[in-house]
Order: sequence, then structure tokens, then C-alpha cells
Amino acid sequence: MSNVKTTSVVFVGVGGQGILLASTIVARAAMLSGHQVKTNEVHGMAQRGGSVIAHVRYGSEVFSPTVPEGTATVLGALEQIEALRYAHYIAPDGLAVVSATSVVPVTVSSVSSGAATYPEDVADRLKRAFPRLVYFDAGKMALELGNIRAANIVLLGALSRGLALPEEAWVGAIASSVKEKQRDLNLRAFEIGRSVR
Amino acid sequence: MRELMSGNEAIARGAYEAGVTVATGYPGTPSTEILENVARYKSDIYSEWSPNEKVAFEVAAGASCAGARSIVTMKHVGLNVAADPLMTLSYIGVEGGFVVCVADDPGMHSSQNEQDTRQYARFAKVPIFEPADSQEAKDFLMLAMDVSEKYQTPAILRSTTRVSHSRSLVDLGERTVLEREIGIEKNPPRFVPIPVWGRVMKQKVADRLGFLAEEAENSEANRIERREKSLGIVTASMAYQYVREVWPEASVLKLGFSYPFPDGLIREFADGVDRLLVVEELDDFIEEHVRSLGIECQGRKFVPGVGELSVTRLRGSRAMMEGREPKTLDQRFAEGLPARPPVLCPGCPHRGVFYTLGKHDVVVSGDIGCYSLGAFKPLDRMDIILCMGGGVSMAHGFDKAGDRRKVVGVVGDSTFFHSGITGLIDIVYNRGSSTIIVLDNRTTAMTGHQDHPGTGRTLGGDATKAISIQDIGRACGIERVATVNPYDLEATERAISEDMNSKEPSLIVSLAPCPLRERRRVGPVRAIDSDLCKGCKRCLKLGCPAIEFDGEVPKINMHLCGGCGLCEEVCPHDAISSEEAE
Ligand code: SF4
Ligand code: SF4
Repeated sequence: MSNVKTTSVVFVGVGGQGILLASTIVARAAMLSGHQVKTNEVHGMAQRGGSVIAHVRYGSEVFSPTVPEGTATVLGALEQIEALRYAHYIAPDGLAVVSATSVVPVTVSSVSSGAATYPEDVADRLKRAFPRLVYFDAGKMALELGNIRAANIVLLGALSRGLALPEEAWVGAIASSVKEKQRDLNLRAFEIGRSVR
Repeated sequence: MRELMSGNEAIARGAYEAGVTVATGYPGTPSTEILENVARYKSDIYSEWSPNEKVAFEVAAGASCAGARSIVTMKHVGLNVAADPLMTLSYIGVEGGFVVCVADDPGMHSSQNEQDTRQYARFAKVPIFEPADSQEAKDFLMLAMDVSEKYQTPAILRSTTRVSHSRSLVDLGERTVLEREIGIEKNPPRFVPIPVWGRVMKQKVADRLGFLAEEAENSEANRIERREKSLGIVTASMAYQYVREVWPEASVLKLGFSYPFPDGLIREFADGVDRLLVVEELDDFIEEHVRSLGIECQGRKFVPGVGELSVTRLRGSRAMMEGREPKTLDQRFAEGLPARPPVLCPGCPHRGVFYTLGKHDVVVSGDIGCYSLGAFKPLDRMDIILCMGGGVSMAHGFDKAGDRRKVVGVVGDSTFFHSGITGLIDIVYNRGSSTIIVLDNRTTAMTGHQDHPGTGRTLGGDATKAISIQDIGRACGIERVATVNPYDLEATERAISEDMNSKEPSLIVSLAPCPLRERRRVGPVRAIDSDLCKGCKRCLKLGCPAIEFDGEVPKINMHLCGGCGLCEEVCPHDAISSEEAE
């Protein structure tokens, strides 16, 4: 196919977890490395705590800004059942980086027993869904750094190892995407994530 | 210079480079960021959020008739509101270039319907342009501006959710500074469509369409990409990108200046290929036309017309065309997962009102905004939603039809200014008895927190008079006007039940700023004392996403809690407090 040279990244999670920033950084890092880049994000209603997905694609020529199912080079998930929900996006040899974070949906909390439940065997299902899986608690690591909001960047660090972009591009992309005040925290979060195996 | 820009940013950049001096709009996903980005060129472009799309359209049309280049922005359903001025501006025509930037929402990511704006171009007999990425979004805005000015016609730039919210690289240019005298010329036959002059205008519109078709014929925005001869695909907008991935070998006719149709080009393309396929999102706009030319083609037979297209869906179309089974992906890991629809944020002030309404046997006629989410379980307190402002007027309809229950209309603050006021006047004028609740969170929240006439701030960030919803209610003749704090459930209950027992129409303003906009908690984080909690699940009736429950006693996720205290108020066992969370 024509798009063999296109690298595809999807980020999934719950609206408000900072997925947009993570996808922006990947896009900038790819741009700084000289690639053509396209992204797609969700705005509006879907952002209100719903399940969300953001797409980034880069290469010498990119057509669709959204990632075709079954082709993602890497999938990053800030919530574990969201990783399962979008598991069909990953390419057979793709890398999944999943934070062991659970956010229980209102559909589970509010309805009487017998209806939807949060699966208990998430870890097990993740292992079966993704042959190449990095599974760790990005939220806890971010909290140790002093801000749980940096979980997205910790995750990004871990995920960056599945993408062939140079370290300087990542650092440049982070520096230009976050506020001056947050720069050091985010760079550290990225480094910590990058060392996760 | 090149920059990574969303389609909406690129449209704004195009307006800047094209020398636009007036830009107006009303927020609506996926169009909102166009005007927000125009506002960044404050020293060169006057921009405003108008109360609704009709007003926005008319303001920009006025500017354009006075000679200024102008744009107006809105989402697809917004053009319904502005359809009246569009239809006649087409007759009058414009002086300065005038582009209506409309964003459609195939897939209904954030909309109540999936209408196709291309139909409006044909309906109003005006040209339409359809970019397929951010570079084209900028280029086509500028092209539309030139065509509009050259033929004195309004033009439409049609984006879609995927074009507006995808980012790609854009080459930046300089701004064209236009030296022109602004002022409408005194020429009533030119600008006044009373029948005697209007008939002349109609003829001009018909003639203009012919000239525009010729322009489209030669436009660089329409191009033939010759590859293999066996299959030719006519496509436009984002569908073009998908086509290039799914049928890399096919020849393509890409339409960018898509109405009036470039018939010559379509014929030439069709003649050069063995089989013709049309791939377009939403209506069969191109396909119908190609057939009307007597050209055989296929399209909807294989390409879905409901929902948005994607590479994945078109791979299914291709398989079907080739008589193969489409490859199905393994989705078994997603089976049985709980759904995660959007919800009102933790700490959202609307929750207090919906929770309270839940205790009353009333009909609730709702409206468009974050509060549409009040229709979901467990709040489940909205019976119908039609359109912007419909919450107010439909309430009156239920009332007059004789619904045995009391009728409550729920509308947001920005929506109230948009089109709720006329409905309120109708209720008073025609002796209705509905209760209208304005959920006043001091912002247009759903679209990303824009200012409106009630906030006291303009799009440019300048202070202005804040128009009072309560005063408007009184001026409309409502005698029962109350303001409540929706975080105070007792007070909210009192206000609502008083009005339920009254035969008079009434207005309740539920006043509390959106915490997501304020970027802070309403109060301290709450926690549930598991020793005191009896597992009655009363707090779960609030549908707060911070309260998690998948076992015996609910827990509050401290990272999500917005500190509104509603759960503390509803807990009958005093198990919820802020001390526990320390
Ligand atoms: S954005 Fe504001 S108004 Fe909308 S759901 Fe969240 S808190 Fe409520
Ligand atoms: S957990 Fe309670 S206090 Fe916190 S946001 Fe939800 S309802 Fe409000």
C-alpha cells in the first residue's frame, strides 16, 4: 500500500486527561524531524468526560489525518479500559503503552447492580490484546513528581521509545508546547517515562 | 514560514491574509475556533461574537455592502438561523468580498443533526468551496474572497469536523492591505429588493451562476489527477484524503470549487476512465448531478451516506465493489466494556437544577448546550430537545396543547440571548404559564467557553455592559423572576416548587459560573466516610463522575472532585464531608 511509510499514533483516554497536549507534542516532534504531519483531535461535547481519541500521523506524505483501524504504530492510553475500547486501532506489531489508571464511568456508578461493571480482569485482557505492551502507573509517577496532571507526559515518554524520532526533537517539542513555568516538570516527566521498560 | 495549524486556524489566517477587516460569528462546534483565532489579529480585523448567527450574518453583510472584506462563521445548523439573510443577500449581492464559513459535522460528534451545507449553496445560488486540509482551508478562503468580490456574490466556505479539527502544515503569507473607501453607495435599485428591483436581481443571479460555472471550470481548486484508467473517483473535502489511501492507483477528480459544478471537467474526467465512482460525505450532492448529466456512475451503492467516512469504512466499500468480504478487525477486547458517554463535569452547577427537577412531575423541554447532558441517566431530566431557543418556545407549545403536567423550559444563558428571548415574549403575550429556567453559568460552555452579551466582556477581551437576563425577563412582562444558587439544593427546591404551584409564567435564573471556565474548584474536595456510609446510593443519583461505585460503598475520586458539595447535601447519613478528604 502507499502508506507504508506513514507512522500512526493514537492517544486514548477520558476527556480532560490532557490527550491534546500529548498529541501536539508528538506532532511537533515529528515536524522538527522534517516529516509531513497531520493530527486530529476531539472538541466540543465529546470532551466532557467522555471516551476520547486523538490521532497523529507523520511521514513523507500523509493523507488521512485519522488513523485507519489496525494500523497504529503506537497506542498510548491514559485509562486502561479505554486502551481495550480502542485496541483494534493497533497494528499487529504495534506497541501499546497503557497507564494502570482506572476512571470508573458514570454508567457503572449510577445504575443499579446487574448492569455494566468495570472489568476486574483488565490487566489480563490488556496482555492478551497487546503482544507488545508497556503497562505501568503513569499517574503515580506523575504524582511523585509533584503533579498528577503530568501523567500524560510520563506516558508520552514511555511511548516515545516506540517512535524513531530523535531525543532533541522531543525536548524541543515539549519546550514549545508547555508554559515556561511547567517546562522543567514536563521535561522531567518525559525523562522518567522514557526510562520505563 | 510554515506552521502546524488546524483547519480553523488556517481559515482565520486566510481571512487575515486576504485583507478582511470585519469578522463575526456565533460559537458552534466544529466552527468556533475560526473566530477565536481571527480575534488574535485584533489590530487589523474587527471581530465580534454576535448574539446569534442571523445577527452575525447581517453585521458582516452590512460591512461587506459598505465595501469591507468580511467573513461570518457558524456551524451547519447555525446557517439555518442565518438562512433568511443568505437567500436575499444572494440577490442584492455584495461589494467587499463576503465569505460565510460553515462547518458541517458528519458523524454528529457535537451536533443534533447531520445536514449538508452544500445544499444551501445550490439553494441560494452561491458558490461553495471545500478544503481538504489546512493549507487548502487558507487558500480556499482567499479564493472564495476573490470570487465573491469579482462576481459580487456571497460565497460559502464549507469545512467539516475533520477539516476544522485536523492540523497540518500551512505556508504563511503576508496580509494584503486594501486601500478602499468604505461607505455604502446611494443606489436603491442595487440594494433594495422590493419587487420591482428584486425581479431584476433574480435575473442577475441566474446569469451570475453561469459565469461562476465557467470560473469553476478553470479554477485550480478543481483538478484531475491522472493515474490508472480503470477507475476514476470524483471526490471533495476530507473524503479526498481517504480516497487517496484506499484507492492509491485510481484517477481522481478533486473538487474544491464544487458548486456551481464544473460540468466540462466532470465530462472530460468521466470520458477518460472506464468506471466512475463518487465518494462524498453526507448527501448525494455530486452523484445526483453527475447522473443528471447523463453520465453513468456509482456512489451511494457502496459508500455510506449516514455518519462520517473514514479509511476504514471506505476499505469496506472497496471490498464490496470488488466482491470481497471486508476484512473485519478483532474487536473482542472491547466487548462488554461499560460505555463512557460525555457527562456533566464534576462540580457542574447544572446538576443541582436537574437533580431538583427530578423530584417533580413536570415536562422538561430542553435546549442546546452542556446541559443537554442532563438527558442522560441518572439525572434523566430532559424530555425533548429541538434546536437553539426551542427549549423556551416548545415549552409554551406543550402548555397550550394542554399537557396535564406543569411545563418547564430549560435554556442556557448564551442560548437565551441567541433565541430564547422571543419565546419568552410569546409566553407572556399569549398568556402562557410555563416556567423558564435559565442555567446561567456566565459563559458559552459547550463550545469552549466564549463570552456572550451577559458576560460583560467582548470577544476582544474588552469590558462592556453586561446585559441582565433578569431585567430582560421583567421587560418581557414576566412578573415572577427569581435568582437561585444551584449549589443550594434547598433554595433551588423552594424556588422551583413555588413556581410549580403558580398559574403565572415565571423565570428562574440559576446563577453559578462554570467551574471548568473558572479553572478552580467550587469548594473543598469531599470524601465519603465508609463507616458512616450505609450504601443507600442517594449520592449516585447526582451522576457526578467523581463519585465512583463498583462495589458496596461509593468512593470519591479526589483528583476529579469539583468540590461543589451537592453530594454532601443529598447524603441522608452525613457520611460525606470535606474533613475526611484532608
Ligand atoms: S463545562 Fe461547565 S457548564 Fe459544561 S458541564 Fe462542565 S461544568 Fe458544566
Ligand atoms: S464528588 Fe461531590 S463535591 Fe465532588 S464534584 Fe461530585 S458532587 Fe460535587
